[in-house]
Amino acid sequence: MLRRVLYIDLGKKESWVEERDELFERWLGGTGVATQLLLEECPQGVDPLSPEAPIIFSIGPLNALFPVVTKTVTAFKSPLTGELGESYAGGRLAMAMRFAGHESIVIRGAADRPSYISITDDDVKIKDATSVWGINATTVGFILREVETGVGRRSIIRIGPAGEKLVKYAGVIVDTYRHFGRLGLGAVFGSKNLKALVISGTEDVEVPDPGRYRKVYNKLYRIAVQTDVMDKYHDIGTSININVLNQLKGLPTRNFQSTSFEGAANISGEVFADDYLFRKVSCAHCPIGCIHIAMLKTSFAPHHEFEIRKVSYDYELIYALGSNLGVSDPAGLLELIEACERYGMDVMSTGVVLGWATEAYERDLITPQETLGVPLQWNNIKGYQKAIDHIVGMPNEFYAALAQGVELASDRYGGKEFAMALAGNEVAGYHTGPASIVGQIVGVRHSHLDNAGYSIDQKAAKKQLKPEEMVDAIIKEDDSRGVFNSLVGCLFARGVYTNDNIIDALGAIGIEKTQEDLDDLGKRIFEEKYRFKRREGFDIAEIKVPKRFYETITTMGMVDPETVETMLEIYRERRGW
Amino acid sequence: MHRLKVAHPERCIGCLSCMFACSRINTGHVSLDRSAIKIKTQGGIEGDFVVVVCHACRDPPCVKACPTGALERRDDGNVVFHEDLCNGCGECVDVCLIGAISLDGDEKAVKCRHCGACVAFCPHDVLELEEVPALGGSDAQKSSVH
Repeated sequence: MLRRVLYIDLGKKESWVEERDELFERWLGGTGVATQLLLEECPQGVDPLSPEAPIIFSIGPLNALFPVVTKTVTAFKSPLTGELGESYAGGRLAMAMRFAGHESIVIRGAADRPSYISITDDDVKIKDATSVWGINATTVGFILREVETGVGRRSIIRIGPAGEKLVKYAGVIVDTYRHFGRLGLGAVFGSKNLKALVISGTEDVEVPDPGRYRKVYNKLYRIAVQTDVMDKYHDIGTSININVLNQLKGLPTRNFQSTSFEGAANISGEVFADDYLFRKVSCAHCPIGCIHIAMLKTSFAPHHEFEIRKVSYDYELIYALGSNLGVSDPAGLLELIEACERYGMDVMSTGVVLGWATEAYERDLITPQETLGVPLQWNNIKGYQKAIDHIVGMPNEFYAALAQGVELASDRYGGKEFAMALAGNEVAGYHTGPASIVGQIVGVRHSHLDNAGYSIDQKAAKKQLKPEEMVDAIIKEDDSRGVFNSLVGCLFARGVYTNDNIIDALGAIGIEKTQEDLDDLGKRIFEEKYRFKRREGFDIAEIKVPKRFYETITTMGMVDPETVETMLEIYRERRGW
Repeated sequence: MHRLKVAHPERCIGCLSCMFACSRINTGHVSLDRSAIKIKTQGGIEGDFVVVVCHACRDPPCVKACPTGALERRDDGNVVFHEDLCNGCGECVDVCLIGAISLDGDEKAVKCRHCGACVAFCPHDVLELEEVPALGGSDAQKSSVH
């Protein structure tokens, strides 16, 4: 199994491969390695959209070898937050990187014209992308599929117009229906004139002890497929949480003005599963198949003339462009999701930005002159569609401000108390209680997935956890996810990959680790990420929590600022800060 | 004798578990190129998946095309592959119109043994291993490509 770093310099049009054994031995892979490469490659204080800012991709030692270890991590400096940018995507990228023989890829510099990178094993070509610049992310995938090789084992990742126009929450579409969604990797691609990257290879991976490998494989496959640990994802999918959180008063509605939505029953996971779901597909080497695809059939003329669109959906998307915008029409919601897919922009950030804009419009902080006559009103799908077009097109200063994220837009137009971001990142769809708020503040990338505070709140609601216990749970997740994200596993498979099973799987491919090793690694990775964050100016003491978080009831009841302050103090103390 | 059958191709989710099972169990490698079953996409992930398996032809063109005797048809109808005799000419690949034979990285033919390793690792029951009469009855003529 090759564990190497591929370096590509877009400016110099050069590439080379380095053996970095010590790096992989010390930091395991995935996010552990990517963080080190980011610290090495990214000059302090650099403009995230300048040629000097690097893009790193990493997979880990278990990718493509074991079921449900399907993710690739990217590390970069986020144009949205100005500090650690990190995002995870599934699809076929991790498998393609494995067979190309590169566990990490570093992209430096910027191309002098629209370009894309084509990688086949060690052969790297930087090709002209002028003819596809401006083309939406979905269609450019179709085009590259025709002109590139490696069918069946390749991965094609690309940006849409949002990335080209440097929308600060533009994402990168991975194969089909998967994304490096958060924190603006798409804008970093755009700033480098980089439209896409295609990768495939033919490395023949040998394991040291095929018998032991097969034995551990069989065990993990059985847990994934034959037990109920992954049922939730296999059946209705993450969108099952729409009804659940709505009942628990945790579903953000109309820009967090409420946490239960009267239209939830119309846009629930059950409705999408019964009325729209037509297929489920998988990432490479995942037997679950959690990618839920809806068929959106819209009539465009009499005489039964229909357009058919295939749109993937998940909980966060239904929250962000659904309940958070008061949208209760499932077909309209799918149209909004599809617009973001084609433009290549993060749905969570887009939904939060539009939620803030709608409320600001209601409160007359923004005028129709600024919106160019677009009615920003709850549940007004046509208005939201037009607004999404304008965020990417940036026809005036107002929409250009929306393209910078909700913090910047509210700096300029007011309404900071209901600009729903923490540390610059628009928040995910959980107003469950203090652990969710604290978790997103302290998390390394200010994502709900850093430590799943929303899940800790739900446990706390049942078991009456004390603030100390919630903080300890956050820290435990922070650190253990650093290890799991170094593998790089799908977080849905955390129930499959228990600590013992991780140790077994690593052992089966010749990497012997103890629980102490992994615990220590998790802590070190967390510290290294904070080293980067602090270097780029992040200071937890400067984080302001928008008042709205304290004005709307959560699953745990009303949250008061003192609870959050207390938990942050305990957190700092526990971390020794 | 056994024959691999694509019973429900429309249930395929494209996870490739069958391909990894084939190479893992039959060759000890982690590889797509060493898999005798092939999952293809038709128009990308949003299109249909295509499951390509050996047809188990009664009069196998791959055997006829093989100039070295590496592919040999036994009396019961089974085709066996003698890796040491394979010279990597690719004639078998060309005559198998359904694309069930390929060459691996060592330039050796990859030929399905109808062992059923893939069947055990298909999470959606796309594949079945069926009992067919030796020397090929009428069942063996049915297409197994969808």
